[in-house]
Parts: sequence; structure tokens; C-alpha cells
Amino acid sequence: MSQTSLTHGIDLDALQRSRETPSLDKEEICLRVEGLNLFYGEKQALHDIDMQIPRNKVTAFIGPSGCGKSTLLRCFNRMNDLVDGVRIEGAIKLDGEDIYHKSVNVADLRRRVGMVFQKPNPFPKSIYENVAYGLRIQGVKSRRRLDETVERALRGAALWDEVKDRLHESAMGMSGGQQQRLVIARAIAIEPEVLLLDEPASALDPISTLKIEELIYELKDNYTIVIVTHNMQQAARVSDYTAFMYMGELVEISDTNSLFTNPGKKQTEDYITGRYG
Amino acid sequence: MQRETLGHHISRQFNEELEDIRNRVLAMGGLVEQQLRNAIDSLVQDNSELADDVMTTDYKVNALEVSIDEECVQILARRQPAASDLRLIIAVIKTITDLERIGDEAERVAQKALQLSKVSGIKMPKSSLQHLGEHVLQMMHDALDAFARMDVETAYKVWREDRKVDDEYESIMRQLMTYMMEDARAIPHILEIIWAVRALERIGDRAGNICEYVIYLVKGKDVRHTTAEQMEREVMGHLRRDD
Repeated sequence: MSQTSLTHGIDLDALQRSRETPSLDKEEICLRVEGLNLFYGEKQALHDIDMQIPRNKVTAFIGPSGCGKSTLLRCFNRMNDLVDGVRIEGAIKLDGEDIYHKSVNVADLRRRVGMVFQKPNPFPKSIYENVAYGLRIQGVKSRRRLDETVERALRGAALWDEVKDRLHESAMGMSGGQQQRLVIARAIAIEPEVLLLDEPASALDPISTLKIEELIYELKDNYTIVIVTHNMQQAARVSDYTAFMYMGELVEISDTNSLFTNPGKKQTEDYITGRYG
Repeated sequence: MQRETLGHHISRQFNEELEDIRNRVLAMGGLVEQQLRNAIDSLVQDNSELADDVMTTDYKVNALEVSIDEECVQILARRQPAASDLRLIIAVIKTITDLERIGDEAERVAQKALQLSKVSGIKMPKSSLQHLGEHVLQMMHDALDAFARMDVETAYKVWREDRKVDDEYESIMRQLMTYMMEDARAIPHILEIIWAVRALERIGDRAGNICEYVIYLVKGKDVRHTTAEQMEREVMGHLRRDD
């Protein structure tokens, strides 16, 4: 620290550095989407998407209903495989490897790319068993390892203090906000690389929503997070990068600050300011 | 953004609120313009009535500033504007601060005119003062015009005018210094004139600030504290990335 840069004990240079605009060019890329087309039968839902998702950052997808943002999100852990008549062209690469390649084990992929849905969906089991579920189906039997993982995951999901005295009670007795954080704990218990969140807070009250947002902020140190949200203020609050989609096409992806103050495309501008294009 | 895209919100009420804010800024600008017109006339025509008038209208300008500010805060809280809407609100908040200060400077000019009208036989460079006054008045008028039409080219032209105002200011100061050397007893009065000249020069600066906000509003680029070359690049470069 140079003498001249100190003002009232504040390092002005460091402040300046922390204000630098993030840029996708400088990020390490976790997921790479290349020329992706997706068809539901005859109908094309995604058109030639090229996109990069940076590692350990939060990327938000916004756009009107039916624009393809959830469809795209579900491509990242091949959730669309479960839908009849889906056909996919192009590639999605996780750490450089195409997840649609024949050799890929889908169960293994979904362990690396976890997902949380709009409506909390805990299993009708105890809180503990919900979080331990992933490890149990992997064949982990060690009580100590299970205990440690459950505590770590619940702490990671900012839920530990609220539930540590009732770990063996049913998860169905928790509030909606708690259930959603439990589902996130279940997802992170198996240490995925990527966390996909599909409208994770849209069924929650404002305080529970803020807790989820705070959690997202903390989780990005360890996970690459992709979130689909209808709430634009939420996208603006939690994400580092925002992608705007419209009619199955990616209109624009850029750092969140720029996108919400000075978007590059008129379509984006019209959508985020609530204008009809 | 273009002037005509201001409306078209799905919420008609939001359209009306933004239009109302814009109109009130222009009304405030008109009031300050009139105030400045009267202040200049009172100085070069020795008209103490006009000077009084300037000082009594200042409260209207202040009241408008407060109420527009309040409206902006309400829109921020209730609508969470984004992109060009957000930039409009920010540009308005900054513009009215400068308008209010221009009003204060006009009041200062009127005050000095009033003091000078009480003494006789003062040598005053009236035509130079008139010229400087008309120049900054025109700048302010054009800056508001650029704001109303969201016209970055006009904003840039007005912004560049400030350099000429500074030159005029320098030359009047030299003129006044020779007056002081000629007659030391006139120094107290000439100092009063200097205050008025200084106020006029500051108005040019503030009109330039308003032009910077217009460029921010339309282009999304903050051009404060940049050189003329950088400014020109921003303004004359491609209008928008996707146009």
C-alpha cells in the first residue's frame, strides 16, 4: 500500500480494484454451450445458443415465459432426456467434455450438476435422511461420515442452527423457506460442481427469499451457480452475469451491472424496463 | 435511447409519472432561465426592480427542486426502474441540483446588481458583461433543449461552448484589473462586479454539467471528467451497439 493511496485509513486503490467491471473474457469457463438447438417434436424451443457459464460465479437467465430459459437450464444436467420426443443438436461442455457424448453416465453427470426446483420437494423422511440420501445411494455406510456431511451441508445451506435439535423429525413439518434450503442442502451434500436453480424463491415469502439469495451469494465461492428467475430485481441482486433470452434465442449475456443500467440490445431494454417491444 | 421510447411502458401510470417528471424539470428550467434573463438585464440596465424579482422567485425554484427530488425517490422505491428509466431518474436528480445552483448564481448576480445600482459613476464593462450573460443564457437554454429532445449532438456542442465562456471570463477579468489600477477607490465596487462575472462563468460550467447528464441518459456513458476528444468519441461514435 502506498502512502498516497491511504485516505482515512481506506485503501483507495483496493476500492478502485473492487469496482472493476467483471468481464466474461477474464473468467474461467465451467460450462460451454456450442450451437445448441433443441426440439420438442416438431417445435424448436432453443435456437443456436452459444454461451459460456463462468466458474464460481452466479449466472442468471431472465426472459418472458416460454422463452426457453428453463429448457436451457435443464439441458445442463440432461433433465430433458426424461421428456418424450426431445431432440438436441450441438454440444454442452462441462470442463471441456461434451455431456451429451455417448460415453457419459447420466447419473454421474447429475451428481456433478445438482438441481433445485421452484417448489421445494423434500422426501417424506427425516431432515437428516433427506440430506444423507445422496450419500446412502452411493453406498456410504459410515455413520461418522454421514453425520459430518449432513452437518456440513446444513451449515452450507444456512439451516443448521434452525434444525440441529430436530434432525430426526420429518422434513414435511418445515416451513417452505426451510424446505427449500433443505433441498439445497441435499443438493450440496454430494458436492456437485454446478448448482442449477429453477425459480428457487418464487414460492417463498420476502424474508425466506432474502435468505435464499444470501445463501446463493455464499455458495458461489464453491459452486458454479445458474439461476432461472422471473424476478428481475432478484437477478440483479444475486447474479454476476445475466443472460436475456427471448423466443428460444439468447439475445444478450453480459455482466449484470451493465445489463441492468445500459443493456446492449433494444429487446433487453424493452424487457427489463417493462415496455412492449 | 430515443425520445419516443420514453413512453410505451406496459404500465401507463409509470409512463405518466416519467412524463410528469420530465415536464417538471423543463418547467423548472424555464423558471431558472427567466431568472437568469432578469438577472443579466438588471445588471447591465441598472434595473433594481428586476433584481428584486429575481430574488423573490428563487423560492419557487427551490420548492420545485425539493418536490421533483421527492418524486424521483418515490419512483425509485416503488418502480425499481432499470436501464434507460433508471438513467433518466439519475439524470433528473443531478440536473435539478445544477438548475437550482444556476438559480442561486442568478440570484447572486441580481444581488450585486442591486448593490451596484445604489452607487453612481461606476465604470462597468457593460457590453462585455452583456455578451457573457447572453452566452451562458444561450448555453443553458440549449442544454435544456438537448435534455428535452434527448439530443446528444446538441449537448456536445453546448458542452464545448464552455471553453469560450472561460475565455470571455478571462478577458473581462483583465479589463476589470486595469480599471482597478486606474482608480484604486473603485476597487470595492469592481470586486462586486467580479462576483457577478464569476457567477456567470459558473453558470456556464453548470450548463455543461447538464449536457453531461444528457449524454449519460442517452448513451449510458459517464463522460464527466473526460477530455474533449474522449467526449467526441462517445458522442459521435456509433449511436448504440446494436443500431
